[in-house]
This record gives sequence, C-alpha cells and structure tokens, in this order.
Amino acid sequence: MSPLLQGILTVIIGVGGCIGYFWTSNFVLDRFIFPAKGPQAGRNINRANAVRPWLFLLPALAALTLYLVYPVFGSFWRSLFNRAGTDFVGLGNYGLLFADSEFRTALFNNFLWVLFVPAAATFLGLLVAQLTDRLSWGNIAKSLIFMPMAISFVGASLIWKFVYAVDPEIGIINAIRDTIGMAPLDPLQVGFWNNFFLMVILVWIQTGFAMVILSAALRGIPEETIEAAVIDGASPVQIFFKIKIPQIMGTIVVVWTTITILVLKVFDIVYTMTGGNFGTQILPSYMMEYMFRDDGRATAVAFVIMIIVLPVMIWNIAQARKEVR
Amino acid sequence: MATDDDGIAGAKSGLSLVTNISVVFLVLLWLVPTIGLLVSSFRDRDAISASGWWNAPFATEQNFAVPAEGEFVQTPDGFVLEGNVFGEDGTGEITAFGGRRAEPTAFAPGETGELVRGRTLTMEANGDYRYVDPADEPPRRNPTLYIGTSVPPSFTVSNYDTILTSAGMDVAFINTLTVTIPATIIPILIAAFAAYALAWMDFPFRGTIIAIIVGLLVVPLQLALVPMLSFHNQIGIGQSFYGIWFAHTGFGLPLAIYLLRNYMVGLPRDIIESAKVDGATDFQVFTKIVLPLSFPALASFAIFQFLWTWNDLLVAKVFLPSNSESWVMTVKIADDLLGSRGGDWGILAAAAFVSIAIPILVFFTMQRYLVRGLLAGSVK
Repeated sequence: MSPLLQGILTVIIGVGGCIGYFWTSNFVLDRFIFPAKGPQAGRNINRANAVRPWLFLLPALAALTLYLVYPVFGSFWRSLFNRAGTDFVGLGNYGLLFADSEFRTALFNNFLWVLFVPAAATFLGLLVAQLTDRLSWGNIAKSLIFMPMAISFVGASLIWKFVYAVDPEIGIINAIRDTIGMAPLDPLQVGFWNNFFLMVILVWIQTGFAMVILSAALRGIPEETIEAAVIDGASPVQIFFKIKIPQIMGTIVVVWTTITILVLKVFDIVYTMTGGNFGTQILPSYMMEYMFRDDGRATAVAFVIMIIVLPVMIWNIAQARKEVR
Repeated sequence: MATDDDGIAGAKSGLSLVTNISVVFLVLLWLVPTIGLLVSSFRDRDAISASGWWNAPFATEQNFAVPAEGEFVQTPDGFVLEGNVFGEDGTGEITAFGGRRAEPTAFAPGETGELVRGRTLTMEANGDYRYVDPADEPPRRNPTLYIGTSVPPSFTVSNYDTILTSAGMDVAFINTLTVTIPATIIPILIAAFAAYALAWMDFPFRGTIIAIIVGLLVVPLQLALVPMLSFHNQIGIGQSFYGIWFAHTGFGLPLAIYLLRNYMVGLPRDIIESAKVDGATDFQVFTKIVLPLSFPALASFAIFQFLWTWNDLLVAKVFLPSNSESWVMTVKIADDLLGSRGGDWGILAAAAFVSIAIPILVFFTMQRYLVRGLLAGSVK
C-alpha cells in the first residue's frame, strides 16, 4: 500500500476514532452509568458532569504523559546506564561528557547561541516593527521579512550555503570580497566566527517572529502616553526608549525567552551546514552524533539541555498559575 | 494622530525618507538569499559556474573550444582551412579568439593572429575564420579554435526535471505529505476537546493541569527521542509512519491545547450559558457552538503544526526508517543530496525550492491566521 494512501486511511480512522471515542463515551456516561432520570436524576447529572471533563481530557493527557512527561524521567533513567543499557553507571555518562572536549565546545557554543540569537532577533524585530509602524507599505515589508518563518531549517541552510559558497561566482559574500580584491575564503571554516555565521541563519528566520509580536505590542501602546510625551517636547528617540520600550518590556521578555527555547532545540542548521566540524558543534547536534550509537550518552546530553531549559520552564509555569487564578 | 516623526513639522519628510530607505534596505537584505536560490534553481550547471546568479539576467562572456571542420586546401600561402566557428548556417558574434587553450582570447576579431611554427589564424566578428599552415604537408589533425563570445541569459527547468524524475525527490515529496496530513489533523481534534474542558468546565486540578501544559510547551524534544523510540520498538510499530504520526501528535499537543484554550476562554459566556439553560449538554455546546466559533484558532494551530511537521528534520530522522523509500524531503536534502550532489548547485537549489514551495504558499495565503496564532500563543 502506498504511504500516502496509508496516510489518508489513518486520517479517516484517526478522526473517526476520536469522534467515536468522544461521542460514545459521552453517550455511555449519560445513558447508562449516570442516567438523568429516575429517583436519583439530580445526583446523577451532577456526577456525570464531574466525570465528563476527564473524558474530554483523557486522550490529550494520555498522549502528553506518554510523549512529554514520561520521557523526562525515562531519559534521565536511561542516561544512568551504559551504552547497551545493561549496566548501571550512575552519573558516569555525565562524567564522560564533561571529559570530552567536543562536548565542552558544544556547551560553550550553545552558550554563544543563547546569548546572540535571541538578542539579535529581538533587536532586529523591534527595529523593523518600529520602522514599518507608520509606513504605507509596512505590511508588505513585514510580510517579506516574516517569510523565512515558513522555510525549513534545512531549506534555510541551503539558501545560506549559496550565500557562503567559496566560489566567487556562486557565493555573494566571496563575490563582494573578490571585487574589492580580497582572496576568497570559506566563512564556515573561520575559527570562532563561523559560529556566528551559522547563528545569522537562525536570526534571519526568527526576526520575523519577533517583529510580528513586537509590532502588535507597539500598536497596543495607549496613544495618550505618546501624545503626552510629544507635548512635553520629547524627541522621537526619547519617546521610543523612555515611553514605548518600558511599556512593551513584558512582550520583549516573552519573545526573548521563546527564541531562547527554540535555540536550544535547533540542530538542523549545524547538522546541514558543517556537521559540527570546524568547532561549530552545539548540544543538539552533538546529541545526534550519539543517537543510535550510544543511547546512554545521547540521553545524558538531552538531559543537560533539559536542565538549561528548566529555569524558563519554571518561570512559565509560575506565570500561568498567576493567570489562571 | 501622534507619531514619532511629526514632533517637529520640518523634520517629518526627511525622517520618513530615512525610514523608507532603511526598510527597503532591510527587506532586500532579507530577500536576497532566497532570490539567489530561486534564480540558481533555473540555471544549468554551466551557467552557474560561469557567472554569479546576480548576473543571470545579463549576457555573460564565455569561452568555447571549437574543433575546426573541413579539409585543408593547398594554396600558394600553404595549406588553408576556412569556415565559420558557428557552423554553416549558425550565426553569432565573437568578441575574441585564440589558437591555444592557454590563451583562448588572445586576439580581437579582424586581427590576424600569429600562432606557433608560422601558422596564422584570422577570424572575423561573425565567426568566419581562415587558418593558414605554411608547412609542406597538411596537419594530421584539424586544429581546435578558441573563441570568446557573449552568451545570452538562459533559464531552464531541467534541474526540476532531474530531481522530480530521477533523483527521488518525488518520493520524498509524497512522504512529507504523508507525514504531514495526519500529524496536523489528529492533534487538533484531541486538543480541541481538552481545550474546551480546560476553558469551560469546572473540575478539581484544572489550574494545575493548565500550568503543567504551559510547562510542557518548553520541554526539549530531544528528551523524547530515545525513550519513545524504544517504546515504539516495544509495542511493535518501530520506525514507521505510525511512529512519526504518534510522535508529532504528542509533541504538538501542548501548543494546540494552549492556543485553543486561550481562544475558547475568550468566547462570550452568554452564548454558552444560554445554550446550557436551553438544555444543551456539554457535548452539544462543544460541537455546535464552541467548535465553529473557534475556527480562527483551529486554523492558526493547523498552520503551525503543518509548517512544523513539513519542515521537521529531527523527528523524521529518528522515528522514520532510514531507508531511502521513507525519506522525507528534509532528510533527503540533508542526508542524501548534500552529500551525493554537493557540487551540483542547480540541483540543490531546485530540491530546496521544491521543499519550501508549499510552506511559502501556505504562509502567504494564510498569513492572517498565522499572525493571530502567534499573538495568542505568546502575548498574554
């Protein structure tokens, strides 16, 4: 059977199964378990209404538990065992990681990524959002800058492979170097800075995201505050930094943390561009080197990423709790 | 209306000019890499190596080696060969010519070039040439002539033809589609019910569950790879399309529930309560009222999940079999084409464009919903 046919069949069975589950479970609950008739009708309705939310939630909670909650513990547990998964080695895998200079490089580079990408993307996003705010063709400009969001990291990497190509007849950077009389070079092999050339790709993708959200936030600023500042004689620069920025600070933090989390997940760019060579390794791509070869070490790397993400996670949960109350 | 730049009346036009120019500059900066890829995908290998894509709309100077045809004729000057480098009926214009590989453009049209051993070569701009060899007997082989000529820009779809017919990108395209469709539709349904419960039903631990889901939004995918793959192996689905559908469903749910719940909470309470007063059950309220009203949020999430599953490399590498029949496009490009056709830029560009064409189409047609979803998901 062709995979596509299998896929369409799965959609039909999956959607049918979901609807069937929700409908049948409701029907059984209302008709047979707690029927809304007879002497206990009132009590039964209350009971049915107490059970129903859990019927609605069950598939989602089951999938979430299996695919996201269990792996946190499952991965940690697996990381305590050796390559074959037979011998308990305690924190041995973590010891091996920190003894490996490539891991330390990856950790350091990841640190650079986390510092640079969110900062650059947020800054550029804010810049574009502010510049296009009152522009007649602002929406078209924003739409074009937003477009890389739709492109896969692999596709984006290929696009930038052209930009960075060594041949001055292919790579635009080396073409510019050529016209001003400099020898061609491979940007991806320039020690240390090659990390930043890779980060540029992610900044190129994420600026649109930052721009869209910050643009909405800028529009949400009450006009009166800006009018008052204008009347008081504030310059446009002062208005931007002293009036607008403080009012959208919360949004800036959200954008910043969202991109930070993303940075810690993206392995595609390094994998496609350099394969982690030339000192460009980062944690997600380092993990993929051990995936399928040494699950103990792979899960240990994954857990290190989890620990880095943990503060953001706790902060997110705290924010959500505040809101729900 | 107060704007930044009308604080001082005179400064307005100057400032807005600067703004316009900066935005044009930024937009160009953002577009140039993609345009380069698009242009390159329509050029053949020779054109790509001869000139940069930014020169593609212009004619390029290229050098060609042309084997001289015909027979040497004995004349008082020596043995002479005459002809036209563009063939009998061909037309063209040369900008330079030469008799040696090392100097293909040594002489200008109309000149008589001195070659080795007293031989001479004359060539006109239209390609007519006269080759004279003063030796006693004709050369054993006909000479090769070198010309420089300007080649008009040419575009071709041969790269697309190659990757879609022989390079296996067609299979990868179908595979990507196969992964994407169920992985987009099924989580929406599961999440919609859960979101309704979290938005409009009252039960213990509701707040806790919402908080946990928000926390799960940021759990790195990497953690799930090893445990879930071994789980899939244990339950017998192993590396397969079923595995990747389940995985994408699980990974997409936190965002789906979060987005849909945020939207559903904002629906007017009156509608839902009056429906309940009229005797509608929760199930009816959900299917008849909340679900249709939530269409914008459903569309937002559908676009997110579509883009994410279509563009994903990591989950496909781990949860799909690693044989070439099961490669999705991202894996095909990253693991196969970049290695086997690393130098063939036209093919790579065409492959990349095939893989990003549909997401870009979806992006430009559904941008409204995408933006709405982003705002609902991030600004609270």
